[in-house]
Amino acid sequence: MDNFEPKIVAFTCNWCSYAGADKAGMMKLKYSDDVKLIRVMCSGRIDPQFVMDAFREGADGVMILGCHPGDCHYRTGNVKALKRYKLLRKTLVQFGINDKRLKLDWVAAGEAELFQQVVNEMAETVKELGPLHLTGNVEQGGK
Amino acid sequence: MAKPKVAFYWCASCGGCEEAVVDLAEKILDVVAAVDIILWPVALDFKYKGIKAMEDGSIAVSFINGAIRTEEQKEMAKLLRKKSGLVVAFGSCSSLGGIPALANLTSKKKIFDRSYLNSPTVVNPDGVVPKTRSIVDGYELTLPEFFETVYKLDDVIDVDYYLPGCPPTPELIANAVNAILEAKLPPKGAILSPDKSLCKSCDRNESKPEDVAIAEIKRVIDIELDPEKCFLAQGIICMGPATRDGCGASCINGNMPCTGCFGPTDSCKDQGAKMIGTLGAILEGEEEEAIDKVIEGLVDPAGTFYRYGLSASMLGSARKEAKDE
Repeated sequence: MDNFEPKIVAFTCNWCSYAGADKAGMMKLKYSDDVKLIRVMCSGRIDPQFVMDAFREGADGVMILGCHPGDCHYRTGNVKALKRYKLLRKTLVQFGINDKRLKLDWVAAGEAELFQQVVNEMAETVKELGPLHLTGNVEQGGK
Repeated sequence: MAKPKVAFYWCASCGGCEEAVVDLAEKILDVVAAVDIILWPVALDFKYKGIKAMEDGSIAVSFINGAIRTEEQKEMAKLLRKKSGLVVAFGSCSSLGGIPALANLTSKKKIFDRSYLNSPTVVNPDGVVPKTRSIVDGYELTLPEFFETVYKLDDVIDVDYYLPGCPPTPELIANAVNAILEAKLPPKGAILSPDKSLCKSCDRNESKPEDVAIAEIKRVIDIELDPEKCFLAQGIICMGPATRDGCGASCINGNMPCTGCFGPTDSCKDQGAKMIGTLGAILEGEEEEAIDKVIEGLVDPAGTFYRYGLSASMLGSARKEAKDE
């Protein structure tokens, strides 16, 4: 398990968390390369289907990063993201997926260190959990 | 001219789809007059041997209902596929997995343990569970294999059309049969029901407030249901927003919320994820604690969002060796 390199997809919102990641880059802060960023305009744009798709396509963990409550560029997109995240987590557990594999956090544009910290923590958590290995229809197929 | 041959077959199903065919009422006489039913195990006596002896492709259309749970069902589906020009997945179970696919949230072992060993009404001191092969008094007895996962029909064979519903309505069945008889079928792979969400044709849509704002999720037994108001506005989970139209809102008309049996529309890949997306926009609460409290009311999200569609969901089934738990 020591050489397991988890695949983590992080959806980051354009206005806060992606800018935070950008700043981390400019400050040359090192963060885990297991985490792959996907920029979306708002965390409220993250359809739960994106998260399901990421897991299905082999992600071992998924992150949703948005603006702090009250700071959403579109006013309430991040609150919608929070509600979807809560529902999604409860649902994923029923599929045998540990809820630690899905993480939501708020990172503002200036919080480069916080970005580095949450991303590295997630990489560490997923590394400890090991590979996801979805089974069922996805892997076996019926044919 | 010889009448087109038609087969009806059932896999892991309750028989409700067969009932739906009978519900065609006097229209079924037109169907019977126009076609030759060569296989219908629930209603008429035929031998599988006879089907095996038929020429490949000689059955015009096979309507197969039920999910694929056992080796026998898979074998019959494959046989009918070989012998048929068209295969129609009939009903929610064969289209999406249906109620039997809820078993995908557990495992074969847990099901067997419960059904044959641990259920309080079971007396089984020798711990006998079904096996594909067993010897009793020197005789070999065989049973079809019970799969770990419940599949939808197109997981095991190529399917031409889908008739959704638990069960499909007589109107949809009649339309499908007519389309086949008149050769006016849509492109292969089509779902033979309108591609829009149930809300679009729901009579209660107008009663829906601009901001639905569910402050508390309730079950149908918790409150006296308003016969005219949008269910979501009453705090009842209604799958209408994430469900395909075509049922004639029969549950809504019976003052019951939609449970999602028609599956998602073409633009949606995962019915449950879609419903989570919808609810995320209409649940009340800003702070985490308030949101947690609302969500607490939803006891079984997977069973609610994927009641008929687990095999068709993106995740398909729970992890079998759920080490994460």
